[in-house]
Amino acid sequence: MGKEAKNDEIDILFQMLLIRRFEERASQQYQQQKIGGFCHLYIGQEAVVSGTVAVLRPDDYIITAYRDHGHALARGTSADACMAELFGKATGCSKGLGGSMHFFDVKNHMYGGHAIVASHVPLATGMALASKYKDEDRVTVCYLGDGAINQGSFHEALNMAGLFELPVIYIVENNQFAMGTHVKRSIPMDKIVDRAKGYGMKSAVIDGMDVRAVIKDFTPIVEDVRKNKQPWFIEAETYRYRGHSMSDPATYRTREELEKRKEQDPISKLQSDLIKEGKLTQEKFDEMDKKAKKISLDSVAFAEASPQPPLDELYNYTYYAEETK
Amino acid sequence: MREITYRQALNEALFEEMERDKNVFLIGEEVAEYNGAYKVSQGLLDKFGPKRVIDTPISENGFAGMSIGAAMVGLRPVVEFMTFSFSLVAFDQIVNNAPNMITMSGGQLHVPVTFRGPNGPAHTLGATHSHATESLFANFPGLKICTPATPRDAKGLLKTAIRDNNPVLVLECELLYSVKGLVEDEGEELLIPLGSAEVKREGSDVTIICYAQTVPMALNAAEELSGMGINAEVLDLRSIRPLDLDAILASVSKTHRVVVAEQDRPVCGIGSEITYQIQHHIFDELDAPILRVAQEDVPMPYNELLEIAVLPNSEKIVNAVKRVCNL
Repeated sequence: MGKEAKNDEIDILFQMLLIRRFEERASQQYQQQKIGGFCHLYIGQEAVVSGTVAVLRPDDYIITAYRDHGHALARGTSADACMAELFGKATGCSKGLGGSMHFFDVKNHMYGGHAIVASHVPLATGMALASKYKDEDRVTVCYLGDGAINQGSFHEALNMAGLFELPVIYIVENNQFAMGTHVKRSIPMDKIVDRAKGYGMKSAVIDGMDVRAVIKDFTPIVEDVRKNKQPWFIEAETYRYRGHSMSDPATYRTREELEKRKEQDPISKLQSDLIKEGKLTQEKFDEMDKKAKKISLDSVAFAEASPQPPLDELYNYTYYAEETK
Repeated sequence: MREITYRQALNEALFEEMERDKNVFLIGEEVAEYNGAYKVSQGLLDKFGPKRVIDTPISENGFAGMSIGAAMVGLRPVVEFMTFSFSLVAFDQIVNNAPNMITMSGGQLHVPVTFRGPNGPAHTLGATHSHATESLFANFPGLKICTPATPRDAKGLLKTAIRDNNPVLVLECELLYSVKGLVEDEGEELLIPLGSAEVKREGSDVTIICYAQTVPMALNAAEELSGMGINAEVLDLRSIRPLDLDAILASVSKTHRVVVAEQDRPVCGIGSEITYQIQHHIFDELDAPILRVAQEDVPMPYNELLEIAVLPNSEKIVNAVKRVCNL
């Protein structure tokens, strides 16, 4: 049995703040060319991973796509290890071999970080198959984007998850856009969640901009999966504030649309709710924000000072060397 | 030793490894209730039950990926492709997820999965069902590939593949499933290391390097050549990755003449790499240019006579050997 889930609202608020401040700092470092490759920011969507991970047990499996910084941070990967990975350093969470799109932290049961759209959906399904095979009460959570639902591997995996009754929860983080293509231009139906019917799967739509709603709706779903070993399909309605990646100016949407969405900002919402309820003061919030900013800034110094991966280990990560058990 | 078929040898390997390790399971199309499209999994469902012998829908990409996911968290799946021609539907999972996981995760994960099934041309199956996929997969570091040509090698290599902690492709041959050969008695452990070639016939005048379906062709060719006074050595690679370069160089250093007989197509085929390696390491040992016998460079025609013309065979190998021996 794993430990109890950590579910304190102040902690969750700090979690969301840390993800945001970390990524703002990452964005700045990318512009200064300290970070290479593609870099996809999660800003705006923080409530989805922060709320769902808060409900999970630490030993439940999670796996996601390439917009993965928030998922690692929410799972407990340090900002230092995350920033160092973006810098390609040996101290990174994937030893500098994965990069932005391939964050791994197996100790914290975060299984990537996968950059071919929907290719991780069968992996998640297999992880859930393994839990059932070993008769564990572990739950696997597979995060994916709205663009992933049109890949063949998504269909094949969900069909088998339904058929084999696997303990897996697919969370489509519907941020409305697959790169520049609005979801209305990619599926011939009104709601993504209706896909679940085709896989004989229970389903729900949750408000991914409200972390309290995420926690409230997700809690009974996790309990159901853990107890009854059945897959669930969740559409989390959310919005990313930044472009698809750092190189995308997002001209496919209007400034008005973006500003309107920001009115539902998940961090501001929980902050004002907690202040209204007397559970938080503005001073305490400012202190938390300052701390999140400092951790993020310190992570840059850590990444800068960290060593490059040793060249003489280049061939050490191609084959698993340990003798067969 | 006793004589069993290549099919029985594979079946025994699966049986023994599933008995030995409860984390080993078999998954694929028709592997359970149908007992396998080619009956390699005969009897496994009865013995081990549906939890460990899993029939899937027709979703190669899906079940290949599921197996990789299961391997990431400690199971040891054996994936049967009804033919490796269908593995191309799962190409992304086999080349992007299975071998890359260890690198992308900085060594935190490894993927002990075995992909097996018939590979290469069989008989009048046409263009889509006749692919020899070895050179495609050989291009990817992180994968291991073996190509058994005899019942003994089939059993020993499959057992080793299942125990290996990396993704391994066991490329079998449909045309060899019913061929018999001597194999160690049941109960006698048979493990053949990956990356070890075997001299199937000793010779002194020329080395015929072969694997999988071209091994019996090379042995037939060697018999015919002995009647012409040429004593050919037949070197069965048994594995494509890792390649047993030492065995290749040792044989060629002895015979000084080489024909590579491969079942794939010529452009960027297995023989391209072997030829390069030989000239790179022991150019001075060669007494003649190396020749390759491969498929003709066309999509596989259905027509039987045309198919025969496309495929490598003993006669083509004999002719190539005669040329490198200046006969």
